[in-house]
Amino acid sequence: MIKHRYLPLTEQDRAEMLRTIGVASVDELFADIPENLRFRGELNVSPAMSEPALLRHMRALAGKNADFDRYACFLGAGIYDHHVPVVVNHVISRSEFYTAYTPYQPEISQGELQAIFEFQSFICELTGMAVANASMYDGATALAEAGALAAGATKRGRIVVSRGVHPEARAIVRTMAVGRGIEVVEAGLADGVTSLKELATLITPDTAAVLVQSPNFLGCIEDIAAMEPLIHGAGGLLVVSCNPLALGLLEAPGRLGADIVVGDAQPFGIAASLGGPTCGYFAVAEPWMRRMPGRIVGQTVDRDGKRGFVLTLQAREQHIRREKATSNICSNQALLALCASVYLSIMGKEGIREVARLNVQKAHYAAKRLARIPGVTLTNAAPFFNEFVVKLPGEPDISEINRRLLGYGVIGGYDLGADYPEMKGHLLVAVTEQRTREEIDHFAERLEELL
Amino acid sequence: MSEMRTIAGRNDATAEKSAAANNAADRAVAADAASGNAGAAAATKAQTKAGGAGNAVSGSTATAAGNGSSARDVAWSGTDDRRDQPLIFELSQPGRIAYSLPECDVPEEDITALVPEKYLRKKPAELPEVYEVDVIRHYTALSRRNFGVDNGFYPLGSCTMKYNPKINEDAARLPGFAKIHPYQSEESLQGALELLYRLQEDLKAITGMDAVTLQPAAGAHGEWTGLMMIRAYHESRGERRTKVIVPDSAHGTNPASATVAGFETVTIPSNADGLVDLDALRAAVGPDTAALMLTNPNTLGLFETEIAEIARIVHEAGGLLYYDGANANAILGIARPGDMGFDVVHLNLHKTMSTPHGGGGPGAGPVGVKERLIPYLPKPIVARREDGTYYLDRNEDRSIGRVKAYYGNFGILVRAYAYIRSLGPEGLRQVSENAVLNANYLLRRLAPYYDVPFDRHCKHEFVLSGRRQKKRGVRTLDIAKRLLDFGFHPPTVYFPLIVEECLMIEPTETESKETLDRFAEAMIRIAREAEEQPELVVNAPYTTAVRRLDETLAARKPVLNCSCG
Repeated sequence: MIKHRYLPLTEQDRAEMLRTIGVASVDELFADIPENLRFRGELNVSPAMSEPALLRHMRALAGKNADFDRYACFLGAGIYDHHVPVVVNHVISRSEFYTAYTPYQPEISQGELQAIFEFQSFICELTGMAVANASMYDGATALAEAGALAAGATKRGRIVVSRGVHPEARAIVRTMAVGRGIEVVEAGLADGVTSLKELATLITPDTAAVLVQSPNFLGCIEDIAAMEPLIHGAGGLLVVSCNPLALGLLEAPGRLGADIVVGDAQPFGIAASLGGPTCGYFAVAEPWMRRMPGRIVGQTVDRDGKRGFVLTLQAREQHIRREKATSNICSNQALLALCASVYLSIMGKEGIREVARLNVQKAHYAAKRLARIPGVTLTNAAPFFNEFVVKLPGEPDISEINRRLLGYGVIGGYDLGADYPEMKGHLLVAVTEQRTREEIDHFAERLEELL
Repeated sequence: MSEMRTIAGRNDATAEKSAAANNAADRAVAADAASGNAGAAAATKAQTKAGGAGNAVSGSTATAAGNGSSARDVAWSGTDDRRDQPLIFELSQPGRIAYSLPECDVPEEDITALVPEKYLRKKPAELPEVYEVDVIRHYTALSRRNFGVDNGFYPLGSCTMKYNPKINEDAARLPGFAKIHPYQSEESLQGALELLYRLQEDLKAITGMDAVTLQPAAGAHGEWTGLMMIRAYHESRGERRTKVIVPDSAHGTNPASATVAGFETVTIPSNADGLVDLDALRAAVGPDTAALMLTNPNTLGLFETEIAEIARIVHEAGGLLYYDGANANAILGIARPGDMGFDVVHLNLHKTMSTPHGGGGPGAGPVGVKERLIPYLPKPIVARREDGTYYLDRNEDRSIGRVKAYYGNFGILVRAYAYIRSLGPEGLRQVSENAVLNANYLLRRLAPYYDVPFDRHCKHEFVLSGRRQKKRGVRTLDIAKRLLDFGFHPPTVYFPLIVEECLMIEPTETESKETLDRFAEAMIRIAREAEEQPELVVNAPYTTAVRRLDETLAARKPVLNCSCG
């Protein structure tokens, strides 16, 4: 028996407990495991470390990564370096929140339940939708679930996905579709946005939904209002994936006719953390409320008439419906939804507009600054939010350019060539409110040198 | 046994005292509701009384256990605010701000010159207008109305609510882990990739599998990922196998995951011992069997002793074995799914590897596979070069594709790795030994008072049935609610579905004997109350921020947001 700070049983406890159980040794408790299946050696896992040694080890590993505190980050592509108000970490560090599980016992979980109810309220307000759930794993899986919802709701077997949707989200939609027996077709881009002409030809009477992202992967704002009649005319659903921070400034998709709005709340006070955990959000128009995946919190009263909150509409869920559930999802990203709620409380009505405005202004300054480099051109004709595409001259080796930029303290942009073969030599650049004019100029100057 | 008698004897006296206190609290709560504004005073009174009740309980059990640390498990609600906390939106006052943003240091242009007006919001989002202190006080107030592992004992079966070590939290918040981008060059992420690689290796060793993907975000997500690989495997052999077999004791996610992976679920009954019925299994398998999904130990906390035979039956039929790792806390270093014949395994790092449950998430559900399934793993996977550097293997060839953006829930993976390194191989084995010892001890303490449907040594959790109490009009739900008054999170209730009035109790290894004794005392007292004062249990809880809530109303007339805008 080893002593460890997480393990309270003493030798004496153990002896007393074994006596109560009526066995002579702990091993007897495992006697029902057939001997040939017992693992008798020592697990080949990393050896134990003391607390100070482990801290040193973790700091050493962390120190080998180039982080945003030490480098100016111009990477976006779905994960952004936004300012996280200091209050966020203080709130999510309260262990009443982070050491609890799903609020199955509402009487002692009102804090979490109310926080989720507020999160749902924030999402509805930003997206202009009637109902939102408690959150999803991330924006990409939320989009896949939206596609599945649409197929189930319309009883149709085909979804059309814009190539402007994040390539990884499209990949997840495809994996989901294999399992659910749904056909996925992709609609191409024209001038950086979904080709409406192509979209019109791809929408058929058996199309369950069109899945678009706005601002899209290339940063461009999609004309949602123009797509709406195309898909609704064919009786399918319009699914829009949105960077929610852009909704501080851009029109709510709910007011443009979207049936389902999803996205990733990472820009709302959630650490980039190598891309996860983040928090997907999922909002629908009222007719689809009972088809939503995941947890939903509703307001009610207790037996004394006092306001309270509970998990509700659970008849959709796997623990009740088992194989007939709307989704297999069981958990949600409550702690990160809390980050988002705290972020939005801090930002408020004025701050959310202000931060969105800063993103637009700085990104446009950066786009113009980069376009002044000889041979560099801005390729998007469509308006953008905080991300844009530049074409570098000649046949540039973008990974080599990024490697050298790192030496100058800059995390460079995203090489679009891998996902879009027609865009070799194109760089996707994100500029958030965090980037200073000085950093932008420095990035442009170094890039110019390297070309 | 003499100890037991002593406790029972002392309990009589405290039961009366506490029942009286609870009745007082009950009246005060009623007064609160009836008297509007004046209710605040009544609520304060109720708190005092309730706190008293909680103290009486804890005091009695602590004394009984021969330990003086009575403050440790005092009813959490006794010191907490029972007043309604307004919604953050309801605190809004026009003109207040809580944000601080950088100056716009670039030349500003008119916004409509950059983004055409038709794309802009016509009406600003009606977010609350509050200042920083409002935000802090609001969320602090909410946190005080919430119960986590750090508040007290949380024996929620199948959820492994163990202590969440603080070093894990500190590690995940290091800038080198928290502030890094998934698309940075591999060269600039060597520390992160090394950590992921080491974790993959450790999880392979723990489960006895040949390769691991860290991508799935949760257990259910891992199940679906595993089933998609099983599907791809069969298809690659030209077989269209359509059925997934699950025992009737399985988690609801198992059949739900089978459905979303495109399978039909076949449910087979458990036998009288609570284990897989081998005859039923033999009858169920066939050329259409894709897989059997099994939790081992199962959801009754019992080890499937015939696992080798189960594996033989499924494999001979051409199916594969899927291991639901929800209960892996029982077997660390003691038995490995890979050695039991399982082909695919998921682990819930938020259960077994101590990462916090976060109020419902985030978790992580890595999946391990045997050799023959390696080609189907989601990509990328972290690999190591001979020179000791790490890279992302993106070769998708026969992969099922992506299941999650980027590389999984990295922040959770950091915590899990820190946990494994805190314990090492011996420590992990000790974890499971203590988890199983704690469960068996608690089972023995409670066995005289509640029905034990499967009376044998359990693993890390066990089930009781509230059948006896139900005859007195006290249902398992009531027992759960009454436990709230004693400062405990109740066990999982009404699951697994095959046990009537089920209570599923998982104490975990991070609880002391004193805590288990206090919990046992509370459970024993509730059993007595069910006999003598059933209405006391049926009307519980009395000490919580709200009392029982009208769930029917919530579902019938859904109010799902504050419609503030």
